Amino acid sequence: MPEGKLCNKKPVTTKEELQALLADKSGKQYYEEMNHIDIDRKALWGTIQKSFKSRLKTWLEICSHCGLCAESCFYYLANNRDPQQVPSYKIQKTLGQIIKRKGDVDNAFMQECMDTSYAKCTCCTRCGVYCPFGIDTGIMFSYLRGLLFSQGFVPWEMKIGSGMHRIYRAQMDVTVEDWVDTCEWMAEEYEDDWPGLTIPVDKENADIMYTVNAREPKHYPEDIAEAAILFHVAGENWTVPSEGWEETSLAMFGGDWEACKLQVESVYAAMDRLKPKRMVVTECGHAYRATVIEGPYWAGIKTGKTPVESLHYVEWVAEALRTGKLKIDPSKKIKEPVTYQDSCNYIRNAGLGDIAREIMSYIAEDFREMSPCREHNFCCGGGGGLNGIGRYREQRNIGLKVKRNQILATGAKLVIAPCHNCWDAIRDLEEIYKIGMRWSFLKPLLINMIEVPEHLKPKEE
Amino acid sequence: MYEFVTGPLAWLSFAIFFIGLIVRIVLYIKGLDWKMDRVTYRENVSYGIKGALRSILFWLFPYGSHSWRNNPWFTLWVFLMHFGLLFTPIFLLGHNVLLKERWGISLWTLPEAVADGLTVIVIVSVLFLILRRIALPEVRLITTLYDYLLLAIAVAPFITGFLAYHRAPDYYTWLIAHILCGEIFLIAIPLTKLSHFILFFLSRAQLGMDYGIKRGGMKGKGLAW
Ligand code: SF4
Ligand code: SF4
Ligand code: SF4
Repeated sequence: MPEGKLCNKKPVTTKEELQALLADKSGKQYYEEMNHIDIDRKALWGTIQKSFKSRLKTWLEICSHCGLCAESCFYYLANNRDPQQVPSYKIQKTLGQIIKRKGDVDNAFMQECMDTSYAKCTCCTRCGVYCPFGIDTGIMFSYLRGLLFSQGFVPWEMKIGSGMHRIYRAQMDVTVEDWVDTCEWMAEEYEDDWPGLTIPVDKENADIMYTVNAREPKHYPEDIAEAAILFHVAGENWTVPSEGWEETSLAMFGGDWEACKLQVESVYAAMDRLKPKRMVVTECGHAYRATVIEGPYWAGIKTGKTPVESLHYVEWVAEALRTGKLKIDPSKKIKEPVTYQDSCNYIRNAGLGDIAREIMSYIAEDFREMSPCREHNFCCGGGGGLNGIGRYREQRNIGLKVKRNQILATGAKLVIAPCHNCWDAIRDLEEIYKIGMRWSFLKPLLINMIEVPEHLKPKEE
Repeated sequence: MYEFVTGPLAWLSFAIFFIGLIVRIVLYIKGLDWKMDRVTYRENVSYGIKGALRSILFWLFPYGSHSWRNNPWFTLWVFLMHFGLLFTPIFLLGHNVLLKERWGISLWTLPEAVADGLTVIVIVSVLFLILRRIALPEVRLITTLYDYLLLAIAVAPFITGFLAYHRAPDYYTWLIAHILCGEIFLIAIPLTKLSHFILFFLSRAQLGMDYGIKRGGMKGKGLAW
């Protein structure tokens, strides 16, 4: 059974394998090898028989081909209403065929499936809200990605990502030492401006255990400092775990369910070890979805809940504003028109739409809703891992048009995007379409707006 | 012939219809898997029930969901068709007379003119749905022959019944054809994707539970379908 050196059915589990993949710039050799790998049809069909049950089966079977889901998909709208972008069409031509042919498919077909399940679907699950039968095509594509992963058909970056999770328990090569060092460094860096600022590592029984997205220690350490400042001003008793600090899951995008489990278990282990009252996740949508919403199921927790109650960052902010732990200086509220990017992952798929509005009511004078919004929002265009996949850059950029038009229609020049993926997509959107807007996480905005109690201000020399 | 199609054949079709539907329900529920579906059906029952009911009710009535409202004409004709498909046969005078004769039971019946009107509505809405399938590119591409066949199975008893009722020439042939078409329809419901007769409710309930239990139902107000 031919297998590539880089592209194969085996997940990456060692640093050497990971290095070899990373050295293959933009996956040139990787994708070349992909053209030659064989399909283990027996294993594929075996997996399907074990996992393809009631709900998926019924979804595929009873689709009445009514086409109501067409307009719900931002890809359909962004591609001039191309019928080939209708969710029902996309899934029937891929997963539907695999089932029909009982797994008897060839390499070219599997690549087509891969291209469709990434470049034509961000798994935003919007179509499921518009189908009379509740057929959630996003969930089916996510299932298909899992099948594809098991056969070695996964975009290069996602293979790397899943390997990172397996090796580092993080989506990037950030070790425990790197992470702890970054926390210490940030605390020192900002101590002068914020006397008494600390980032307590591994403190037991804290009220809050704070966890992040690996991009923060790797590329945006100020984000960690900002979180620390806000906790500090709010007077929270908080901590970060030295291990189990990473919330994200490229493994979820890539369909590597085993790595998903390993990743979330590292966070749950930190909860068990440090016994915090609650966990707060940084401003990231898919991280929250992975660790808080889906994670307990991967880990087999019967209640479907994380070992301790878990909040998305927006929930903590809303609570802090509501209880007065953080107070906004009325003169510093955002005066210009501002809009909010509803992340599919924690708004549609976790019900936090009201929380976002509550925050906006405290901080913005002229809040403009996008249309549609809340759980009906369109994907920013970068979901499902799309931001990070070079092979599908062009398709992603076309997809961004829908969000661009939505933002333009609000008239706002500032977009608040408390989700790393959305934030990235909106940044790229500005770079490509140049509509003259700015975008931001909540943290930097809040720091500029809050009233700082006298005793927390730096002493004048 | 009449005796046969309204006797043993009718028994057979009803048996397939009811047993088939029960099998559908049992298999569906048996195939649910909390870990695979990632929904704790048994752990959070009250949230599940609430989510399921919301998910069904918003969609059960015309213009109840965003999607129905976004497609006003489609919604109108689809609901008219389903209303006619469901209620005409059950409350038709002729059917109830037959029921009384054979099994000694009968239900409230529709005035004949109303039943006649509903029949026409069913036929017109099926025509609308066929034209829609041809006219809209996003629907045309996903439509298969099977979809047309199902529409034909659904409308055939109404066309033949209409002709028989209005004493078209060859009344007897139309009558037999009508009964046979009705029986085909009954049998087709559990055996084809007309099984959405029951799977609509199960599938909607399932996604409703997913949203009600896991995807925000415990934190927000519940999804605004
Ligand atoms: S809306 Fe639902 S039933 Fe209609 S075509 Fe799309 S997936 Fe199929
Ligand atoms: S999940 Fe989102 S991107 Fe995927 S088909 Fe549905 S609407 Fe389109
Ligand atoms: S990137 Fe943002 S908008 Fe897109 S699917 Fe993810 S959460 Fe949704």
